[in-house]
Amino acid sequence: MIDKLNKAFESRVRLGIMSTLMVNDEVDFNTLKELLDTTDGNLASHASALESLGFLQVYKQFIGKKPNTSYKVTKDGRKAFNKHLDALEALLKNR
Amino acid sequence: MDTSKEHLDQLAHIRTMMERSTRFISLSGLSGIFAGIFALIGAGFAVIYLKLGFPYSEYWITPNANLTSRSAIMKFFIVDASLVLIASIVVSTLLTVKRANQNGQQIWNVAAKRLFINMAIPLLTGGLFCLIAYYRYGYIGMIAPLMLIFYGLALLNASKYTLDDVRYLALAEIVLGLFAFYKIGYGLLFWTIGFGVLHIVYGAWMWIKYERNS
Repeated sequence: MIDKLNKAFESRVRLGIMSTLMVNDEVDFNTLKELLDTTDGNLASHASALESLGFLQVYKQFIGKKPNTSYKVTKDGRKAFNKHLDALEALLKNR
Repeated sequence: MDTSKEHLDQLAHIRTMMERSTRFISLSGLSGIFAGIFALIGAGFAVIYLKLGFPYSEYWITPNANLTSRSAIMKFFIVDASLVLIASIVVSTLLTVKRANQNGQQIWNVAAKRLFINMAIPLLTGGLFCLIAYYRYGYIGMIAPLMLIFYGLALLNASKYTLDDVRYLALAEIVLGLFAFYKIGYGLLFWTIGFGVLHIVYGAWMWIKYERNS
C-alpha cells in the first residue's frame, strides 16, 4: 500500500487541531480549546507535538498584558494531512 | 475493533471540526418565523395608521403631499421598522442561545463573529445608503427596494458562514428588491412580502428540515 495513515493524526485532539487549521488561516489557543472542548494541558501537549513534526507554526504575542498563542498550519502539515485524508478514503473504498 | 468504522468516525470528526470552526449553524428557523410575523404586524400598523387601500401604491403621498406630512410619515416608518427590527433581534437571540445550548455550540464563537461581521457590513452600508437617499435627496420610494436588495446581498455574503440554504432566501430578496425598484410606489407591499412572507416561509422550511426531529 502506498498511502499510509499518519500515526501523528491518530488522536482526536490532533485530528481536530489539523481540521480546524486547514480551513482557517490562523486560530488562537482559546478558540481552539473551546472548539475541541479540551483542557489547556491536553491541547498544549498535542499542539507542541504537531509543531515539533513541522506541521504547525506557533505564534506567541502579547495582547495588552495577556500572552496570546495562535497557530497556523504549515505547507508540510497541509500535505501530510491531505495524504492522511487520501489514505482514509482509500481504506474505506477498499474495504 | 472494527477499523472501517474507526475510519468513518475519523472522517466524521474532521468534517464536524471543519464546519464547527467556520460555520455558525445554531440559528433557529423559528427566529425567521417570528421575524416574519413582526414584519407583518409592523406593515399592518402602517396600513392602519396611514389609512391605506390595497395595494398601498404611492403610500407616501396618499394623505397629502406637503413636506411636513411626508417627514411625519417617514418618522412613523422609522419608528415602526425599528420596533420590528428590535423585536426580531431580541427573539432570535433568545432562540439562538437556546439552540446553541442544545447543540453544545458556544454562542459567541469564531464562526458567529465572522457571520456577524460579514452580515453587518453590507447591512449597515444599506441602512446608511437609505438614510442618505431620503434625508439628502428625498428619494423615499427607493427605500424599500434598497432595503430588500442590500438585505439580500448581506444574506448572500453571510451564507458562506452559516447554512448554505440562506442563499435561497438571499436570492429571493434580491429579485424582489429589483421588482420593487421597477415598480416604485409599491414599496410597502414588496417590503411586506420580503421581510414578512419570505421570512416565514424560509423559517418554516429550515425548522422542518433541521429542527423538527431534534
